[in-house]
Amino acid sequence: MTEHSYLIALLPLLSFVMIIFFLRWQEKVSAGFSIAMIVISWGMSVMVLIETLARHGKPYEAFYKFVELVRFVPEIGILIDPLTAVMLVVVTTVGACVQIYSVGYMHGDPRFSRFFSYLSLFLFSMLGLVLANNFFMIFIFWELVGLTSYLLIGFWFEKASAANACKKAFITTRIGDLGFLVGLFMVAIYAGTFNYGGVFDKVASGAIPTGIVTAAAIFIFCGAVGKSAQFPLHVWLPDAMEGPTPVSALIHAATMVAAGVYLVARAMTVFVGSAEASLVVAVIGLVTSFMAASIGLVQNDIKRVLAYSTCSQLGYMIMALGLYGYDTALGHHSPGYYAGSFHLMTHAFFKGLLFLGAGSVIHAVHTNDIQEMGGLFGKMKLTAPTFIIASLSIAGIFPLSGFWSKDEIVAAASHHPVFLVFTLLIAFMTAFYMFRLCFLTFFGEPRDKERFDHAHESPKSMTYPLVFLAFLSIFAGWVGLPWLQHGFASFVYHGEPYHPHANWLLMIISTVVAVSGIGLAYLMYFKKSISADSVAAKFKPLYTLLYNKYYFDEMYDALIIRPTLTFARLMWRFDAGIIDGLVNGTAWFTVVWSDAKQWFDTWIVDGAVNGSGWIVRKGADLGRILQTGKVQFYAFFALLLVVLVTLFKLESGSPDSESGAPVLTILLAVGVVFLAVLSRTIGRQPAGQEAKREDNV
Amino acid sequence: MPATEPGVVFWILAVVILVSGFLVVTLRNIFHCALCLILCLFAVAGIYVLLNAEFLAAAQVLIYVGAVAILIVFTVMLTTDLASRSLVQHNENATIAFVVCALFAIGVPWLITTTGVWIPPKGELPADNVGTIGKYLMTDFMLPFEVVSVLLLAALIGAIVLARKEHS
Amino acid sequence: MFYYLALAAVLFAIGLFGVLTRRNVIGILMSLELMFNAANINFVAFNKYVATEALVGQMFAIFIVVVAAAEAVVGLAIVLLIYRNWRGIGMDNVNVMKW
Repeated sequence: MTEHSYLIALLPLLSFVMIIFFLRWQEKVSAGFSIAMIVISWGMSVMVLIETLARHGKPYEAFYKFVELVRFVPEIGILIDPLTAVMLVVVTTVGACVQIYSVGYMHGDPRFSRFFSYLSLFLFSMLGLVLANNFFMIFIFWELVGLTSYLLIGFWFEKASAANACKKAFITTRIGDLGFLVGLFMVAIYAGTFNYGGVFDKVASGAIPTGIVTAAAIFIFCGAVGKSAQFPLHVWLPDAMEGPTPVSALIHAATMVAAGVYLVARAMTVFVGSAEASLVVAVIGLVTSFMAASIGLVQNDIKRVLAYSTCSQLGYMIMALGLYGYDTALGHHSPGYYAGSFHLMTHAFFKGLLFLGAGSVIHAVHTNDIQEMGGLFGKMKLTAPTFIIASLSIAGIFPLSGFWSKDEIVAAASHHPVFLVFTLLIAFMTAFYMFRLCFLTFFGEPRDKERFDHAHESPKSMTYPLVFLAFLSIFAGWVGLPWLQHGFASFVYHGEPYHPHANWLLMIISTVVAVSGIGLAYLMYFKKSISADSVAAKFKPLYTLLYNKYYFDEMYDALIIRPTLTFARLMWRFDAGIIDGLVNGTAWFTVVWSDAKQWFDTWIVDGAVNGSGWIVRKGADLGRILQTGKVQFYAFFALLLVVLVTLFKLESGSPDSESGAPVLTILLAVGVVFLAVLSRTIGRQPAGQEAKREDNV
Repeated sequence: MPATEPGVVFWILAVVILVSGFLVVTLRNIFHCALCLILCLFAVAGIYVLLNAEFLAAAQVLIYVGAVAILIVFTVMLTTDLASRSLVQHNENATIAFVVCALFAIGVPWLITTTGVWIPPKGELPADNVGTIGKYLMTDFMLPFEVVSVLLLAALIGAIVLARKEHS
Repeated sequence: MFYYLALAAVLFAIGLFGVLTRRNVIGILMSLELMFNAANINFVAFNKYVATEALVGQMFAIFIVVVAAAEAVVGLAIVLLIYRNWRGIGMDNVNVMKW
C-alpha cells in the first residue's frame, strides 16, 4: 500500500473533479461519492500507518523528477515517515467525520454538492501537503490549502461578513506564505536541492552558515505563523468562523491550522540548527497561547470561544516544538517534538468534536450566542455528553487523551520556569473557559424560551461522527502513555528516540490546575455563587480589552489597512490620471495631428493640385494673349520675331560686339515688350471701343 | 559703292513715292487712299524708267494702275458707305508696329550702307529692252509664262465663282 | 544703287506698317500692293546694277506684277464676300477666330 500511497491524496481530487463536472445536480450522489472516496483514503491511510509501524518507522520515499532544470530539479514525490503516517490517519479520520456530518448540517443548502467538492479539494491539498517530500511540493500544496480554505470560509458569500472573512484569511496567511517562500528558497539554494532529506543532511552536517540557518528557520516559521494563526497573524482565525461549522471543524481545528505545526515539526532539523530561531518560535507560541486564551475567557459566540481555544492550543504545540529545538540546539533532551506532535493528533480529535458539537447546538437553536442558550442538556442527549467529554479532554483531565498530550507539553516547558508558569496559567484558563462554555450552553435556566422550545437533537448523520470522535478523544491518547516502551514517543521522534518517563509531580500539578479551573467555572456559571458580572465590572478595563481582542483588528486596520488602501487609492488616481492623461493625450494628439494633416491636405496637397491647375490656367492666359484671332497681330508678331532674329544674328556675327551677349537685341526685345504692354493698356480704350462690328469703316 | 549718285529725278520720284505711300497707309478715307495708291504706282513706274526697265514701266502703268487700282476703286465704291463718318484707321497695334517698322525702315538702309558689298555688274544692259524681254519670255522663261497664264485663268474663274450672286 | 535699295526698303516698311495696322480690308490690300512694288524696285535695281545678263530681275518683276494682279483680283472678290456677310469691311468682323 505504501507504494500507492499517493492515491490517498488523489482519491479526494477525483471526487472534486467528478462532482464539479458531472455530479453537481445530484446531491445525494455527490455526497455519497465524496464520502466514499475519503473513507477509502482513510482505509488506505490506516494501512500505510500499519505498514510504517511494521517498518519500525523507517521512512519510505518515492519521487519522480518531472523536469530537470540546470539549477534545481523540481520533483514530486512522497515521503512516508511516522509523522506523515500519523498525519494521514488524523486528516482522513477527521475529514471523513466532517463529510458525514455535513450531510446533515448542510441539508437544504442550495450549493450542497459544491460544498462536498470543496471539501474534497481541501482534503486533496492537505493530504498532498502531508505526503510531500520536498519543500517545493509542500509549498504548492500549502497554497492550495490556503485557496480551498478561502473557498470554504466564504461559502456563504452572500453574507458580507463571510466575504470579508475569507478575504482576510487568505491575505493574512499570504503574508506568512511570503516568509515561508523566502525561507525555503534560502535553505534550498544553500542546500542545492528542495528535497527534505537533502536539505536536512546539509543543515545537520553544518555545511550551511548558522546565520543563514537562523534566518531561514525564522522565515519558514513565518509560514507556520500565518497558517496556524500565531501572533501576529492570528487575526483571521476568529473571523473564519463565518464559514459553515463543518468547515471550522475540518480546517480550523484539525487540519489546516495544523499544517503550520506540521511544517515546524517536519523542518525540525533546521530549527535544531539554530537556538535563536527556536527560541523565537517558542516565545511566539507562548505569547499566542496566552493571548488567545485570555480573549477566549470573555467571548459570547460559541464558535469564537472555540476558535480562540484552537489558537491557544496551537500556540501550545508551537511552543513545545520551539522548546524542543532550543533545548536540542543547546544539547539537552526535550520531549517537545514528541509532545507537539502528540498534542497535534489529540487536539485534532477533540477540537473537531467540539466544533461539530457546537455546530449541532447551533443547528438546534439557530444562534451562535451562548447568552441565548441554556439548559440544553436534556434536549440534546448525544451532543451534550460528547461535548462535555471533549471539554474534559481539552482541559486535561485524567485519563482522557488530552491529559496525556498536554502533560507532555507541560513537561517540555518544565525546564524553563517562565514558560512553565505561563503554561500552567494557560491550562487553567483553558479549563475555565471551556467549562464556562459548557455550563452556559447546556446547563442552567434557558435564557431564551423560544429557542429552547424549538431545540431538538440533530439527525444521525450529525451525531454518529460526534460519537466516533468522542471515542477517539478518550482513547486515542493512550498510545502516548508515558511509560510505554513502544508508544508514540518511540514512533514519532526526531533525532534520537525519546523515552518518556512519567513525571508524577507534574501530572498532579496540572490536574490540580485543570480541576481548579473547572471548579471556578462551576462556581461562576453553575452555582452562580460568584457573579460573573461583578467580576467583569471590577476589572472593567481588562474586561473591555479582552472582549475587544486586544484591539488587534482595529490596530491593524489603522496601521496597515487604511494606509495601504489610501496608498492604493493614491496610486489609482495617479495611474488613472497618467494613463487617462496619456490616452486622452494620445487622442488629443491624434485629433491635432489629423487637423494638421487636414490642413496640409487642403492647403498643400490640394494647393499643389489646384496650383498646378492655376499655373496652367495662368500660363494659358498668358499664352492666350497671342491668340487674338487677328491676322494683323499674327503678321506683326511674325515680323517682330524676324526682326529680332535678324538683329541677333547680325549682332552676334559682327566683330563689333564686345561682350558675348547680344545686348542690342535684348534691349530691343525688352523695349518691344514694354511698349506692347503699354500700348495695350493705354492705347486700347479710345481706339478699340469705338468701332463695333457692324460699323462701316 | 558706285560713284554715281542718282539724279534729281530720282529724288523727286522718291519723295512722291514715300509721301503717297505714307498717305496710303494713313488716310481715313479709303477712296483717298486709293487715289494716293495710284499716284504712288505712277511714281514707281517712273523709277523703273530710271532703271532702264521701260517695258516694266509700261506694264506697271497698264496693269497696276489701269487694272488693279481701278479694281480697288471699284471695290471701294461697292463696299463702302462713303458718306459715313470716317473713323480711326489704325488698330491697337499702331504704336508698336510703327516703332518696329520705323526700325525696319531705318535699320535696313543703315545695314545696307554699312555692310553692303559692292559687286560690279557682269555685263551691259541690252539696248532693246522690249525685244529682249519678248525673246526671253519665249525661250528661257517659257514655262513661267505659260504657268502664269494658267494662273490668271484660275484667278479669273475664282473671282467669278467667289463673287457671283448667291442662289438662296 | 544703294539709294534704290533704301527706297525700296522704306517703301516696304511703309507697306508693312499699313498691313499690320489698317482696319479696313481694302486698306490692307493696298498696303500689300505697296510691298509688292517695293520688292519690284529692289529686283530691278539689282538687275541694273548687279546681274545684268538675261534681264532676270526685270523678268521676275514682270511676273510679280502679274501674280500680284491675280492676287488682287481674288482678294477683292473675297472682300466682296466679306461685305456681303457683315455689311462692313472692318477687320473686327474678320477677326472671328478669337479664343
